[in-house]
Amino acid sequence: MSKVKLTIDKQIIEVDSDASVLEAAKELGIDIPTLCYHPDLSLHGACRVCMVEDEESGKLLASCATPVREGMIISTRSMKARRARRRNVELLLANHPNDCLGCDRNNHCELQEITYELGIRSQDVERVSGEKRVHELDTTGPALKRDPNKCILCGRCVRICEEVQGVSALQFTNRGFDSIVVTAFDLPQAEINCANCGQCATVCPVAAITELSEIEKVWAALEDNDKHVIVQTAPSVQATLGEEFGMETGTVVTGKMVAALRRMGFDQVFSTDFAADLTIMEEGNEFLKKLNGEGELPHITSCCPGWVKYAEHNFSDLLPHLSSAKSPMQMFSALGKTYYPEQAGIDPEKIYTVAVMPCTAKKFEKDREEINGSDFKDTDAVLTTREFARMIKEMGIDFKDLPDEEYDELMGESTGAGTIFGTTGGVAEAAVRTVKEELTGEALERLNLGFRGVNHAEVKIGDRLIKVAIANGLGNAEKLLERVRAGECDFDFIEVMACPHGCVGGGGQPRPATNEKKDKRAQGLASIDDSSKIRKSHENPQIVKLYKEFLGEPLGGESHHLLHTKYKARPKN
Amino acid sequence: MLEGDPHRLIEGMMIAAYAIGADEGYVYVRAEYPLAIKRLEKAIAAAEEYELLGDDIFGSGFNFKLHIKKGAGAFVCGEETALMASIEGKRGMPTPRPPYPAVKGLWGKPTNINNVETYSNVPYIIKHGAKEFASIGTEGSAGTKVFALTGKINNTGLVEVPMGTTLKEVIFDIGDGITNGKKFKAVQTGGPSGGCLPEEYLDLPIDYDSLISVGTMMGSGGMVVMDEDSCMVDVARFFLNFTQSESCGKCTPCREGTKRMLEILNRICDGEGKDGDIELLQELGEHIKSTSLCGLGQSAPNPVLSTIRHFRDEYEAHIHDHNCPAGVCSDLAEAYVIDEEACIGCSKCSRVCPVGAISGEIKNPFTIDPDVCIACGACEPECPVSAISQG
Ligand code: SF4
Ligand code: SF4
Ligand code: SF4
Repeated sequence: MSKVKLTIDKQIIEVDSDASVLEAAKELGIDIPTLCYHPDLSLHGACRVCMVEDEESGKLLASCATPVREGMIISTRSMKARRARRRNVELLLANHPNDCLGCDRNNHCELQEITYELGIRSQDVERVSGEKRVHELDTTGPALKRDPNKCILCGRCVRICEEVQGVSALQFTNRGFDSIVVTAFDLPQAEINCANCGQCATVCPVAAITELSEIEKVWAALEDNDKHVIVQTAPSVQATLGEEFGMETGTVVTGKMVAALRRMGFDQVFSTDFAADLTIMEEGNEFLKKLNGEGELPHITSCCPGWVKYAEHNFSDLLPHLSSAKSPMQMFSALGKTYYPEQAGIDPEKIYTVAVMPCTAKKFEKDREEINGSDFKDTDAVLTTREFARMIKEMGIDFKDLPDEEYDELMGESTGAGTIFGTTGGVAEAAVRTVKEELTGEALERLNLGFRGVNHAEVKIGDRLIKVAIANGLGNAEKLLERVRAGECDFDFIEVMACPHGCVGGGGQPRPATNEKKDKRAQGLASIDDSSKIRKSHENPQIVKLYKEFLGEPLGGESHHLLHTKYKARPKN
Repeated sequence: MLEGDPHRLIEGMMIAAYAIGADEGYVYVRAEYPLAIKRLEKAIAAAEEYELLGDDIFGSGFNFKLHIKKGAGAFVCGEETALMASIEGKRGMPTPRPPYPAVKGLWGKPTNINNVETYSNVPYIIKHGAKEFASIGTEGSAGTKVFALTGKINNTGLVEVPMGTTLKEVIFDIGDGITNGKKFKAVQTGGPSGGCLPEEYLDLPIDYDSLISVGTMMGSGGMVVMDEDSCMVDVARFFLNFTQSESCGKCTPCREGTKRMLEILNRICDGEGKDGDIELLQELGEHIKSTSLCGLGQSAPNPVLSTIRHFRDEYEAHIHDHNCPAGVCSDLAEAYVIDEEACIGCSKCSRVCPVGAISGEIKNPFTIDPDVCIACGACEPECPVSAISQG
């Protein structure tokens, strides 16, 4: 790559010739404010907040969309540039509810932050105010809430849904001041082909797309003396929750998280990682059967509810390939209302199950009508990592100073295999570990499938070569599955996760999220696996006990009833 | 051009395609111009029949196919990146440049994109040489230019003049002056986002640079003539209303800023203008021009900025004196009244009032409801005893 030398704020810098002025400034440690720009998405150039001044011509340039040029002299700090940025943010605010105090994004809002950083005062906005956009909120969910009045039309949601997820559930419509982001034919979110992955919510800079909160429900359950509230935490949350409290990305906070949950009043604190091990037992055995000719290969995972819904809309012909094993969350909840009360001697009717998840699609999954295995609703509430962090703050818990505590017995033990469910490639790796041991007694070396995009590996198990593929991000999944559909590949095991990087990049994870951050989260999670005493699901002593005392055999009658489910084709719309 | 001589365009595009090695061409025409489409289709079919278009043209190994893309009429699709997005079947929305079309254009391929008029000039230049072409026009703008002359002018229509012709020649010689012998007030050039020029610029020779230097542009070649009865604030509002609603809504300054400018113009025309409104309009206008993503936003404030520049007194009269000097902004005009003593109750006035503001019984004095009267003045000349006056 050829290099270009330019001057920014009187400092000379040499950068790759394909860099933008924004990127060059970043290398110098100059942070130009942006709203529509996102490092992982295509260039949009719409918010016009990143204006800088070309000192030679006096022209204003949008730095995200201006490539560097030899000899350029740029000022990011001139009055003219700063004023231009301010005006554009003022214009956005003039058409914005500005009800920050009661807003879902208060204190976590890119628009609010930029407003503060640019020194904009209410009277500046007042000066250019007039009519405001008025639209109805879409709270049909079941996972996400859209508030078009908060939307600043940055197009990040449109781009991620189209470019990364390949779903294209959201688009711009209308012109000029009436422009708005809508679903196809403005249908309610609940009625479209949306996967509920929440990627749109992770990139939205404001409160225009957020999860439908279940916080109040959970507070009410915790307050209710008749209820016995048990909670499970998904694997990835231990490596992401810390971000909400200003900790380094990728920091593992398992112990503090458990301590926080106890202080919030949960009666038992369990781990979804335990249920992930259980999923491996069921799904691994299912895969073994398929390898032995009972059932169709490739075997495709089904633990990601975003992927499952996407498949139901777009790959209904491949549904028979999907594992019938429920996701760890649902397995856990089914046991939470059967096995757990039996062991603990509690009336199952009194049990309330809460799941702390990295995911918005889990909110949809828990409401699927065919999902329940117990006589009750298996999962009562799903909280995203973000909602959970909010509750910790509301309780006045000083998270960073909490001591490390351990999960409760019975359904709290986990293995490294269960933990890596939280990142792309983890399910495949965990399953293959167990299958290989089961068949050959040999341990599996690391598959090292990486964290981004599509990848594949071959594993020798006995004299058989098992071909494993993974895809994360629905756009990548689509490409891979199209090849499967066309018979162009012969994979045995395919793991799909709807979100880029898997659950560490989930729609319920801390914002803002970039690929760079997600890499660090995934590394954090892998470090737990590396340091785990037990790294194989079938060696989890609580799992061994569970089968012995309650379930019997993997894929047996009780397992089948509690731990497996089915799927249905949905319209493509 | 498409209706009159589509062959010229086809020839121009073929030459351009041959020069850059393109084998596909598109003509983007608004669907509202069915005649243009029909004639172009016919001309393309004829060219195909003569094997002037198609594969291996005259055994040269050169292939060229021409397609027509009917546009849905969005103004922003005149912007080149939006136009190409529209051809690709996407929402007509501009994208940042670079990459320029010449590098990455339609379907991601290098693309040469020009106006119909530009391509139509190419055959002449190839045939007669650049020197001959440049012998007409000015130094910076060679050749001729077609204008769509309209407004308060006797001869309206399309006129082709050499670059460098003065506004006066176009308006008074070719256009034969103002209708009804009224006084010339202003001319707006360049389409809805062009600027308005007053009388003192009538001797300006028209070319690309001269127009820009006085705050307007060549644009689409539109030329709208206004007479003394036009209110320049209202004119600015009219054009901004158009560009505001045709903004694609992508970038902040154009989407939000033009709306705010329009709101300010509305309140000025409604008699609710405030101190500082003119300055705010100027500030917003300059801001939108210098920070918008595409040509639409970069030019949309022109009608407002140019009328403030040349007709500031009219804005001030609206804001400070609550008066529309041209009598166009009805909320500002004072209602008409009937002198009771003089009125003979003939009812002639009430029959012409377009808004039914006048009532009364025959042979008794009539009255005008000041809240309904729009001060159009239609009643005044009807009164046989001159009992009606304004204010
Ligand atoms: S989205 Fe941001 S700026 Fe808008 S009201 Fe909420 S916190 Fe405030
Ligand atoms: S949740 Fe996912 S699929 Fe649905 S609109 Fe958002 S990004 Fe698209
Ligand atoms: S919903 Fe959010 S991400 Fe989508 S355009 Fe609006 S502000 Fe941007």
